[in-house]
Amino acid sequence: MDTLAIKKVSKHYGNFTAVNSVSFDVPRGVIFGLLGPNGAGKTSLIRIINSITMADEGEILFGGERLRREHQAQIGYLPEERGLYKKMKVQEQLEYLGQLKGLDAKTVRQRINTWYEILQMDGWGSKKVQDLSKGMQQKVQFVATVIHEPRLLILDEPFSGLDPVNTNILKTEIKRLSEEGTTILFSTHRMEQVEEMCERIALINRGKLVLEGPIDEIKQKYKDYLFHFKFDPAYAPDLSDEKVHSYTRGGGVILQFESLQTANFQMQQWLQNGYLIQDFREILPSVNDIFIKIVTTE
Amino acid sequence: MKKIFLIARREFLIRFRNKKFWMGTLLGPILLALFIVVAGFIMGYSGDKETHVVIVDERDLFGGALKDQYNFYFRFSNQSLEDLRRTDNPNFDGILHIPADVNLDHSEVSLNFYTGKNLNLENLNNLKAIIQSHVREYKLKQFNITQSQLDKLNTRVAINSEDIDPEAAASESRGVKSSEFSSYLGAGIGMLMGLIMYMLVFMNGSMVMQSVMEEKTNRIVEVVISSVKPFELMMGKIIGVGLIGIVQFLSWAILLPLIVLLGSMIFGLQTDMDTLESMSAAGTLSEDDMEYMVYQFMKEVDAVPWFKIISLFILFFLGGYLIYSSLFAAVGSAVGDDMQDSQSLVIPITIPVIMAFYIMITSLRVPDSTLAVWSSIFPLFSPIVMPARLAFDPPWWQVLLSLVLLLLTVIFFVWISGRIYRVGILMYGKKASMKELWKWIFYKE
Repeated sequence: MDTLAIKKVSKHYGNFTAVNSVSFDVPRGVIFGLLGPNGAGKTSLIRIINSITMADEGEILFGGERLRREHQAQIGYLPEERGLYKKMKVQEQLEYLGQLKGLDAKTVRQRINTWYEILQMDGWGSKKVQDLSKGMQQKVQFVATVIHEPRLLILDEPFSGLDPVNTNILKTEIKRLSEEGTTILFSTHRMEQVEEMCERIALINRGKLVLEGPIDEIKQKYKDYLFHFKFDPAYAPDLSDEKVHSYTRGGGVILQFESLQTANFQMQQWLQNGYLIQDFREILPSVNDIFIKIVTTE
Repeated sequence: MKKIFLIARREFLIRFRNKKFWMGTLLGPILLALFIVVAGFIMGYSGDKETHVVIVDERDLFGGALKDQYNFYFRFSNQSLEDLRRTDNPNFDGILHIPADVNLDHSEVSLNFYTGKNLNLENLNNLKAIIQSHVREYKLKQFNITQSQLDKLNTRVAINSEDIDPEAAASESRGVKSSEFSSYLGAGIGMLMGLIMYMLVFMNGSMVMQSVMEEKTNRIVEVVISSVKPFELMMGKIIGVGLIGIVQFLSWAILLPLIVLLGSMIFGLQTDMDTLESMSAAGTLSEDDMEYMVYQFMKEVDAVPWFKIISLFILFFLGGYLIYSSLFAAVGSAVGDDMQDSQSLVIPITIPVIMAFYIMITSLRVPDSTLAVWSSIFPLFSPIVMPARLAFDPPWWQVLLSLVLLLLTVIFFVWISGRIYRVGILMYGKKASMKELWKWIFYKE
């Protein structure tokens, strides 16, 4: 069962259409990347999923049911613009936000203690948020987002402002939650994080969905038949007739072919002619390349 | 409902536990009392310079003795006026000359005061008063009139207003109506109630606004409304801050009488007794009068329907507070962190509050004037004007009509504000105008 099924959802602000008939499904337990340039409509869509605003058209199914405000208790949301009550103590803050999600005071306290251990936050409870560093505040915010053990976790740029050590701690936890069955909607501009974390992605541009699916398939679909070759310098062919790609750096050459067949055929010929290939691999486009290509050519 | 309670509890506790809140609540009345004392002292300041006066009394008006008073120090001289005026480095500030031929039977008498300095108006009046009262005593002696004969000439008249309906007049449960004190007492209570209401509505309303602005700039609002409805958040906030207002009101209700009592034990009582004594000495008030006044006052205070006034006050406070704080919340949601932006939106809210305040003050003089009656029924003014009229026992139909209209207005404004609020808290970087707010009311969710 898909955790989230978005069906032809639109949202208008006056004459401006922020989300334009977007449809996609988010399967249970995956880490799903929601990508798009600034102002593409990601935040508007996320707000609709959170029941902060309502879609003007279309519908959203949450675990097979029509999305209602009551589902907020099963969704955790870490907005891009972080916010905590600066003058409140960490413990009080987490208890308050947990209770707002419908937990009773006792359960909240137990879970807070568990998370203090996991994220190495011992002794933070009595500190005021304004006395914490930005990275520390980020951890508090993360705990507030997951304290009610949501089925769907929406993370908007969760690692911004974190040092590499803390980024790793948080990544590990996100992956663990995902393995335990939490569905994660991950919105970011950091494409290397998308490659590392996400199984599926959706790309939104100017309010429209332009791309959706498993990363592997998308990469196959958008590949340019680029192949990396490294020849033995004594037995290298003449490449003047080949299309040498500009990505080529020292220690090899990147060639572009029309298809996999032409690449294989060419390689066969080179081998028959006695050239020595030391290294050979297909180069798939990075999500970053695909992103830029789509956004700039749209 | 549970979430509204959680939000209200947080808003309440965060302020209740704040040291600044208690400093403001406890120090406020003390500072106010101190201000009144200092202001009283400044107003009553009559100059601290002593003026030494030599009297050349050719007429023998003073019989060679005049009590030093109002910073005037008198002595008499047998030297002639000319000699005194020629004194080098005189050890006095002026010479008062009473010529031998001065005719005291005239209704106006001019005397000369010779001095090298300027007499200020206050000193001049004091000097005139000293001489006038002495001339009066002098004449009384001449006419062989005693003080008690004089007292018999004065008869104090008090006018009691009684109900024209004999049955109503006989019934006990009446407002303050029976004597001239009641008008003063009613005005006093009315003024106090109106003033407290004005402060509570304003202070707590802007507290709500600040709290909304803080959440918006903090961006925590987005986290919170992914758990609760914007309307629940707004109502929780309004209720929490409103409770703080009630706590503040109750602390003042306990503190103010204490401070007045304490203050009067230290300074006040002394002054009051002085005033009464000097009044009595001046022959305007006999001791019987004093006792009668105190008795009458206590009786009036006792006759005030306190329970009715305070319970209605709380109802009107709730109504006024809900209207204005929800409007303040709407404005707070529309502006974000820029205080200057908020000004243009706050002004339309403050105008009715300030107008109500001035109408309230006018109503105290004529509590049943057309202006007072209709302002105390018009819902934007009634929370401030009606409490001021309560001590004058307004007809029940006016109070009820006012409350019903207030309730309807509360529902209307809370609804409108909720509509603006839910859009406003999510809008960033856009300067909101009145027109913009109007559009937000009709936005779909």
